[in-house]
Amino acid sequence: MAKPMHPTPNLDQLESGPWPSFVTGLKRMAKDKDYVVDILGHLEHSYQTRKGYWKGGTVGVRGYGGGVIPRFTEIKDADGKAVFPDAAEFHTLRIMPPAGMHYDTKTLRQFCDIWEKYGSGLIALHGQSGDIMFQGVTSENTQPAFDAFNEMGFDMGGAGPSVRTSMSCVGAARCEQSCYDEAKAHRQVLNTFLDDLHRPALPYKFKFKFSGCPNDCMNSIQRSDMAIIGTWRDNIRTDEALAKKWFAKHGMNELVNDVVARCPTKAIQIKQIKDVRKAANISSVALNDSQALEIDNKDCVRCMHCINVMTGALATGVDKGATILVGGKRTLKIGDLMGTVVVPFMRLKTEEDYEGLVELGQKIIDFFAENALEHERTGEMIERIGLVNFLEGIDLEIDANMVSAPRMNPYVNTIGWDDEVAKINAKKAAA
Amino acid sequence: MNAQVNAPAPAAAAPRKTVECGVPDNKPYLHPKFIANYGNWKYHDRPRPGVLHHVSHTGDQVWTVRAGTQRQMDHYTIRKLCDIADNFAEGFVRFTIRSNIEFMVSEEKQVAPLIAELEKSGFPVGGTGNSISMVSHTQGWLHCDIPGTDASGVVKSMMDELYEEFKREEMPNRVHLSTSCCEINCGGQADIAVIIQHTKPPKINHDMVANVCERPTVVARCPVAAIRPALVNGKPSLEVDEKKCICCGACYPPCPPMQINDPEYSKLAIWVGGKNSNARGKPTFMKMVASGLPNNAPRWPEVNAVVGNILRTYKADARPWERLADWIDRIGWPRFFEKTGLPFTKYLIDDWRGSRANLNASTHIRF
Repeated sequence: MAKPMHPTPNLDQLESGPWPSFVTGLKRMAKDKDYVVDILGHLEHSYQTRKGYWKGGTVGVRGYGGGVIPRFTEIKDADGKAVFPDAAEFHTLRIMPPAGMHYDTKTLRQFCDIWEKYGSGLIALHGQSGDIMFQGVTSENTQPAFDAFNEMGFDMGGAGPSVRTSMSCVGAARCEQSCYDEAKAHRQVLNTFLDDLHRPALPYKFKFKFSGCPNDCMNSIQRSDMAIIGTWRDNIRTDEALAKKWFAKHGMNELVNDVVARCPTKAIQIKQIKDVRKAANISSVALNDSQALEIDNKDCVRCMHCINVMTGALATGVDKGATILVGGKRTLKIGDLMGTVVVPFMRLKTEEDYEGLVELGQKIIDFFAENALEHERTGEMIERIGLVNFLEGIDLEIDANMVSAPRMNPYVNTIGWDDEVAKINAKKAAA
Repeated sequence: MNAQVNAPAPAAAAPRKTVECGVPDNKPYLHPKFIANYGNWKYHDRPRPGVLHHVSHTGDQVWTVRAGTQRQMDHYTIRKLCDIADNFAEGFVRFTIRSNIEFMVSEEKQVAPLIAELEKSGFPVGGTGNSISMVSHTQGWLHCDIPGTDASGVVKSMMDELYEEFKREEMPNRVHLSTSCCEINCGGQADIAVIIQHTKPPKINHDMVANVCERPTVVARCPVAAIRPALVNGKPSLEVDEKKCICCGACYPPCPPMQINDPEYSKLAIWVGGKNSNARGKPTFMKMVASGLPNNAPRWPEVNAVVGNILRTYKADARPWERLADWIDRIGWPRFFEKTGLPFTKYLIDDWRGSRANLNASTHIRF
């Protein structure tokens, strides 16, 4: 039995209603843990005063410079003593999950046992960077708790100016839209940078995210310094049986309004079967005995919409890989930045292909480490130095797919124009 | 040299050596059907909300049942979910980016009993397709060192209101929500996001600055160069040009004595139209459509009223497959404000760098 509960009139109101309540969960643990009794008191104090009361500090595990998020209470009495002494230290351990966040129950139960023993028992699945967040541990118990997770084969995630824990979608394990082996890429890339992940020494954080197709379920374009988004180069595949089944169920109105009209590049047309073009870049599939969908793959931008709507009837191609985008991040400090294309297509099939991805990551991180200012993300660095300087620094060829439009102002010295043209022509001639 | 000094320490006293093992291989944690059909799936459908049915090129099938969780879970809750996975599924689970849990089963007949057990145990089944999925969120007062508000509590109050929409697939397209306890926006881009918006410059504890803050770093963090070093009461400190200050809070993380959080003046803003998918239009960033909402713990009714109103308007007015951004793209911003009744104030006209791109450089106007 734990000590008596603090009154928590505000938190109590978060126990009603149908959605699962984290307060009810905390209260259950508080029945036999003084630690959680005081965490509830601490949180209720925040609810009453509408302010936070944790400050950071320095807590870590042997050999690593990050991964523990230290928290010390700032709710003190007149003598400087913690008002909630059992929750005076409330650190978080960031532990990296398996790619795709898959678990067996034995592993989750072991996590629970360890965290019940050493920590508060509160686990967030998962944090916004993709870590398992083991929330609430004292400084003293930090090392033994980490040792127990490490013994299971799990390792610390990133924090501070370092390579951060990554995320990848369910991908090839369960999704027909997967365009590469996301889990393999995720693991291979991240495990190359463990030194940069565990010992923060970069100008600022660096995030990789892996999405298997342009639906980008990992939100990589907006949230990562290097986004690896699956795509394909060849034609959309079709399946007549599934197309006819879809059409029989949904009909012409939905086909026109929800599929054809929503194609962003008008690459889809409905035609009489006899009129469908026969060309290498045309995909087509019969919808009934007389009509067919015709897709001009040269116009298709691989947005995924028609494939999302008519799953199976339409599918990604087989010449698969990824588009690589660099520099995504949220506002602070220069405003929101999307990742932008630096590699329009990188094939991801063979071991060498995956090694090429790792090498590109290495080059980008090296360049970032040498050229970014303190607290500057890749996107801000590129904004400051210009994309061309960045590309030259990491040895990538420019490509018209990297821009939404060419330059809109004359403020550039084009003295080297002829040389550039000569280089492009020489390359064309050599190809 | 003393030989004893170099002798290895007894094994018991040696600290355990960390194995720098990195991201674990996920293969041992995959459902057997996932291993058997890895990279070979053909299509999927959704037999009912909360259930995905995937079929592979070999004809193999797997059913996934998705349920909502509170994300910050006590170990009893996780053990309960494990019991359900062992007794009603096949011992394997995974989590989505929005903290939903997924249970995989090999046969269709396992689906109904699994759903019944989940719902009996208080876990709503849903979050698939055109539903409102769980809010992606942050740590808030529970654990963050710079939070303007709580996260789990806001999310609990929102999801209580949106519970039925989580369990149904009745929205025009999927709806992603996020909440963030400061303007860093760790909750991320979403169709609708709730984010703290401070409205007063930081209150500086001048006695602390010199001891706690690296002053040049703090000066460099300010996006509008409003902070400068100053001597206050004879102590080296910092001062803020309050006319320039945009109240973003960027100075607070590197310098906690620059207290930006305020029980009254840290307000909540609502943002709409973020979309990370490339489907149809290119990905979009969200836009601010409301601000000045009170940080009204424990249930934030004013925030819920605005979010609920936007969602109801979108549901009633958008066409199939229109995400919130697609819908606004069609109807235009003036009608978005008209239909939702939200006031379009001068603060919603962007004046940050690159902002002229957000002005209407055309005569395209819907009358």
